[in-house]
Amino acid sequence: MIRAVDLHKSFGENEVLKGITSDFYPGKTNLIIGRSGAGKTVLLKLLVGLLTPDVGKVFYGDVDFFGLSKEGRRQIRMSVGMLFQGSALFDSMTVEENIRFPLDMFTNMTRKEKLDRVDECIERVDLKSKVKQIYPSEASGGMQKRIGIARAIVLNPKYLFCDEPNSGLDPKTAIVIDELIHSITRDNQITTVINSHDMNSVMEFGDNIILLYDGNLAWQGNKEEVLDTDNEILQNFIFASPFLQKLRKSFLQG
Amino acid sequence: MNRNILFHFGRYFIMLKTAFARPERWSMYYQEAMRQMNDIGIGSLVIVALISVFIGAVTVVQFAYQLGGTLVPRYYIGYVVRDMTIIEMAPTITCLVLAGKVGSNIAAEIGGMRQKEHIDAMEIMGVNTAAYLVMPKVIAALFVIPLLVCVAAFVGIGGGYIAGVPTGLITADEYIYGMRAFYDSYNVFMMFVKAVVFAFILTSVPAYQGYYVQGGSIELGKASTQAVVYSNILILVADYIIAIIMTL
Repeated sequence: MIRAVDLHKSFGENEVLKGITSDFYPGKTNLIIGRSGAGKTVLLKLLVGLLTPDVGKVFYGDVDFFGLSKEGRRQIRMSVGMLFQGSALFDSMTVEENIRFPLDMFTNMTRKEKLDRVDECIERVDLKSKVKQIYPSEASGGMQKRIGIARAIVLNPKYLFCDEPNSGLDPKTAIVIDELIHSITRDNQITTVINSHDMNSVMEFGDNIILLYDGNLAWQGNKEEVLDTDNEILQNFIFASPFLQKLRKSFLQG
Repeated sequence: MNRNILFHFGRYFIMLKTAFARPERWSMYYQEAMRQMNDIGIGSLVIVALISVFIGAVTVVQFAYQLGGTLVPRYYIGYVVRDMTIIEMAPTITCLVLAGKVGSNIAAEIGGMRQKEHIDAMEIMGVNTAAYLVMPKVIAALFVIPLLVCVAAFVGIGGGYIAGVPTGLITADEYIYGMRAFYDSYNVFMMFVKAVVFAFILTSVPAYQGYYVQGGSIELGKASTQAVVYSNILILVADYIIAIIMTL
């Protein structure tokens, strides 16, 4: 489990996070949602340690991440995988080399063991083996996300972070990527934190949803509770268009 | 202004301290260093050779012009070309050119990785990114650039011969006699000292500019330009300091 305690973060005069406290559970798809500029990416970067909070703590299990030495943080990070919004695949490496990179850097596996592990991960994300030799620039957006996921899970992480995994994808591919992340989370019982403003993700896979609004935690619940809540900020966010508002009204009226 | 300079100096040295930490895996750093040696060394060979030929040629033509009508022996042309090339032209001009070619490339490569979140991705994996991205480049340059400078010195002297002998500005015997006159191996040592110091500057300064780039493509372009400008200025300052220290 990951626990964020009273996280504050400012950039100059701009206070982006104003004291976020929340838990992120293992085996569940934890979603951080909110409008653009609400502080989702900053919260995700604080959780993963790419930014340091002004005030507050992040616990991985019982371990205070920011209280650790550099080496301690490095050890935690080896149990973390992350899928970036733009996939962040290394352009100069083939798909296989991209996925193998963490294995090359951190394990003492033989070459054959590494290649077998790469094959496993490629299969896990439903890619064909022949993609191994292509470069990321030759892969489609959806394929790049899958490759990014394969690289993120290659070291069997305990924690998986995804920054807007659906951005730039068509609705059908977006659902496939969501399902993939959800099944990996469930099967491996890992703590997955997803930063998203995709409503399909919220309604399909939101085991634990955190709504940020103006740097504050405005609502927390799960996908079943989304429709029933009276939280105005959440309703305004999820049912933003008049069409969706009408749809919700008719749904509630049966 | 002064605070800004101090801030950048401080951050530069902190980056270097982080960059020269123990590698996570030597084999990965070795592979990266080999790739960089190929990029910097083989990739710059043609431009370095081309520039050196012309520098040697121009030095001969102009020195011959300056000697016209004086009693100074003609073999001095060979002597002056040799020492000028070894002490100054080969290390300094070669490294100024490499600061443009290699330096801008390093700043753009690392800056592009920063912008495309590649550096963040490596950080999250637990990689010491300053070490993995900076150290192999600097180490590769420290090995390869002195060799390039050595090639530049040979080619420059050869360029002087090509420009001077066939055109009748100096005879082959005079040029070769000049080459051998008053030879001091300390000058070659000075050339290598300069090459090593300049190699460090022209890789570490652009790496710093790229590593801390923020914003979009305009900022990346600026970082690349600044990398070349600052490297060139620092190379010239270092050239002066080395000249004072080693010739006193």
